[in-house]
Amino acid sequence: MNLESLYREEWRRVLATTVRLTGDFDLSEEAVQDAFVAALEQWPRDGAPANPYAWLVSAARNRVVDHLRRRARFRDKQTEIAQLTALEESPIDLSEAAMVDDQLRLIFTCCHPAIALDAQVALTLRTVCGLTTEEIARGFLVPVPAMAQRLVRVKRKIRDAGLPFAVPPRDRLPERLDAVMLVVYLVFTEGYAATSGKVWIRRQFCEEAIRLGRLLCELIPRNAELRALLALMLLHDSRRVARAGPDEEIVTLEEQNRELWDQRQIAEGLPLLESALRDGAAGVYALQAAIAALHARAARVEDTDWGQIARLYDVLLQKQPSPVVELNRAAAVAMADGPSRGLELIAAIEVKGTLAGYHLLPAARADLLRRDGRWREAAEAYRQALCLVANDPERRYLNRRLAEVEGLT
Amino acid sequence: MIYGNEADVAKMTQSDLVAIYGEYGRFTQSIKDSKNYIGSGQLQDVATATTLRVRDGKRMVTDGPFAETREQLGGYYLIQAKDLDEALAIAERIPSALWGSIEVRPLVTRRPG
Repeated sequence: MNLESLYREEWRRVLATTVRLTGDFDLSEEAVQDAFVAALEQWPRDGAPANPYAWLVSAARNRVVDHLRRRARFRDKQTEIAQLTALEESPIDLSEAAMVDDQLRLIFTCCHPAIALDAQVALTLRTVCGLTTEEIARGFLVPVPAMAQRLVRVKRKIRDAGLPFAVPPRDRLPERLDAVMLVVYLVFTEGYAATSGKVWIRRQFCEEAIRLGRLLCELIPRNAELRALLALMLLHDSRRVARAGPDEEIVTLEEQNRELWDQRQIAEGLPLLESALRDGAAGVYALQAAIAALHARAARVEDTDWGQIARLYDVLLQKQPSPVVELNRAAAVAMADGPSRGLELIAAIEVKGTLAGYHLLPAARADLLRRDGRWREAAEAYRQALCLVANDPERRYLNRRLAEVEGLT
Repeated sequence: MIYGNEADVAKMTQSDLVAIYGEYGRFTQSIKDSKNYIGSGQLQDVATATTLRVRDGKRMVTDGPFAETREQLGGYYLIQAKDLDEALAIAERIPSALWGSIEVRPLVTRRPG
């Protein structure tokens, strides 16, 4: 048995159940870590147990008991003794149903709105996905001690502010599930946006987000919006290889070699989306997935149904008014009705000033001017975008375009 | 209402803290003796705070203390709740949640012993 893959599979389930049994996040995490270390020592020697999950839960529980016994010797005893009695007397329910509930409780606790959003994302990666603090720190480009500190603080808040380890009641479920989906989406976009950093770390975030999406669809199979979110991630991720050039340069959708798109992911994402739409999914993830699906279905860029994409952006804009969505809509309209119509829309966004300082605004204008053959103006807009861009892959893309239009003037 | 810098408190030694708690104990006892005392509580530090607002029928929960200088502390409720969610469900029903902000923070509970 490969311990690495076992760790990946069992970490979350074992931790979720241990937290249920002990009610203590921090203590459980340490105990589960120890249980895996013990497994690493004992299994190669004595053979792996028939039920690794049960073995690990029981080992982690014993660690917690040991720890509480030690602590009871030093501190006021009542709390520890009460915890110990509860822990030793309660039978461990390891049924499939209990395991599902444990995992849901863990996810809902990590994505509790009383935790700051960035901390929710970090905690979910650590606790639910089992990433190490080092991996998360590298992914977010923060020093490891800073990330460790952030995780300590959030676990302290869970304990001291009394965050429940529970699935929210029915009347709260929709809003709490929205929060969970936002965290999953943020993990994905953090990996996908390639704002900076090493590509492989980012890829891990995308994989984790998709894994989380799958898990949630399994745990809450009737929710159509969850399925739409998973479809969205699969359809975007299918373009991952095609959207980076040899030097990690950004390759735009229209220039991508569509043969590099991952057909396996597309073949999984499209029917998922269809079933989600059939079941009434109409939220922001479903709309974005529908847009991604129209791209996925177009074998060549000329086959893209830009009119339909622009209409989907209209609906998305109503649900989620945002200047970035407006900008995407302008680009789609430009593809459907010509660059000058798109440039009018972009000018309207510029007047509002909400995207001032955002490099993609002049970059989008530059691309449309280039399409329209207005080289000199396009070059000027690319230069503006270059002044604002913060990451290397996008800078390289803009530089290449600038050189191209400068060559034409 | 007692205000102070938590960073300073965090730097204090165990014996400093014991001394301060002793002083608080004597102070509390003295106002109990003089029949002035009604109630008191020590709040946990701001890292445990959660702020709740209700706007357009939607509740917004955020991490952290209330930090709006244009609004002032206008009252408080001391409640018992089994966890933060129960406390938030109660806070949501406070009429001022519709226009003001409700900061929810646990008290420091002294363990018997």
